[in-house]
Amino acid sequence: MTPLLKVEGLTKRYGARIGCADVSFDLWPGEVMGIVGESGSGKSTLLNCMAGHLAPDAGRVMFDTRTEGMKDTITMSEPERRMLGRTDWAFVHQHARDGLRMNVSAGGNVGERLMAVGARHYGEIRDSAEDWLGRVEIDSSRIDDRPTAFSGGMQQRLQIARNLVTGPRLVFMDEPTGGLDVSVQARLLDLLRGLVREMGLSAIIVTHDLAVVRLLADRLMVMKDGHVVEAGLTDQVLDDPQHAYTQLLVSSVLQV
Amino acid sequence: MIQIREVSKTFTLHNQGSAVIRVMERASLSVAPGECVALTGASGAGKSTLMRMIYGNYLAASGEILIGGVDVVRAEPREIIRLRREVLGYVSQFLRVVPRVPTLDVVAEPLLSVGVDRAAATDRARELLTRLRIPERLWSLSPTTFSGGEQQRVNIARGFAHAYPALLLDEPTASLDAANRDTVLELIHEAKARGAAIVGIFHDAEARAAVCDRVVDLTGFSPQAAA
Repeated sequence: MTPLLKVEGLTKRYGARIGCADVSFDLWPGEVMGIVGESGSGKSTLLNCMAGHLAPDAGRVMFDTRTEGMKDTITMSEPERRMLGRTDWAFVHQHARDGLRMNVSAGGNVGERLMAVGARHYGEIRDSAEDWLGRVEIDSSRIDDRPTAFSGGMQQRLQIARNLVTGPRLVFMDEPTGGLDVSVQARLLDLLRGLVREMGLSAIIVTHDLAVVRLLADRLMVMKDGHVVEAGLTDQVLDDPQHAYTQLLVSSVLQV
Repeated sequence: MIQIREVSKTFTLHNQGSAVIRVMERASLSVAPGECVALTGASGAGKSTLMRMIYGNYLAASGEILIGGVDVVRAEPREIIRLRREVLGYVSQFLRVVPRVPTLDVVAEPLLSVGVDRAAATDRARELLTRLRIPERLWSLSPTTFSGGEQQRVNIARGFAHAYPALLLDEPTASLDAANRDTVLELIHEAKARGAAIVGIFHDAEARAAVCDRVVDLTGFSPQAAA
């Protein structure tokens, strides 16, 4: 077995400031990795560099492509990378409106991704959109409504459906449950966990919520000032943190 | 099946004056298939710490912990994840689940994750919940709202769903009534009979005597005794 994603020495600077520095890790098929750290620790910069939204200053992001095996996604051509973004990769934004087309119906939002990879049969696209709305627990009677008429939690679930409909192998998530109230969060977590297992997805989740990573992630990376200070099995890092910063982070969580 | 060699553990509290607490020194222990070993020692002797190190939840400072050939102290996260899925079960004292997931699914999950089909996994979950006297009307509800004793029994059902070759039990009979306690002891006997290697903490002396073949007192591995 080979890793699905191999990140080597990934570095991004903003002038003299460090965004993220010398980050390396392997992600294996079916693995879910969490990245935690406070605001400004570089976790979103890292995620955006990996997903091709930001150009890193150094390093490689190797992905196990279906046709050519391991390939550096940073040096690949723009059309090739864009194709990867439509077929094998998905990106779930913190704010659903960044990942949705707000003036297109819910069904259209899901169907559009299918059309981007070549689906043309209207009936099949609509059926598959309906099926996915069901999976993310959006009533099929809402298929022709626009996301502007949806609640925050529903918009987030719609964004997930839009992202997963093409059967990606790797999902990047930036604070997927941020800004949602706790009951909606729990439902979304349950949904994500089920989908990840059923579809055998690999995922990288950026969050500052330690409870979320405990439930979703197999592995955890802790970032501070752009550097990875600690990495390992999620429950081990949270229950027996070795680095001073991780100990501070874990002990700062308020008990409910 | 479980081999622990010269394991030591220290905690370094970086944010409390970098205090270094040594909790265990050169602990060694091995458990054969079909054997049940009880860890004893006063509170603070390191029983739970050792259990957590075996599960890979705490990081040992040195030594090795071999479970079915995998050294938990040095293994990659994905190796430990695979070990926990297929080989090593853990019944902790606390139930930690995703809110909203029905009890029946919580119990069936370990089987589903090793590839057992849903019908067979659900049957096994029903059987265990019945034996542990969780009323059927609760099966479709999330265990997060259950009483302490009910949560513990759900946890036990989950821990015994898959036939793990190695099993860690942290006070499996605490806060159970006599009938349920007997059921848990039966489950432990059955696991031993199929060849599971078991390490447990039992404060209940009678339960310990009923299922354990050997008792290991951890006081001998505490740094104070060694010094």
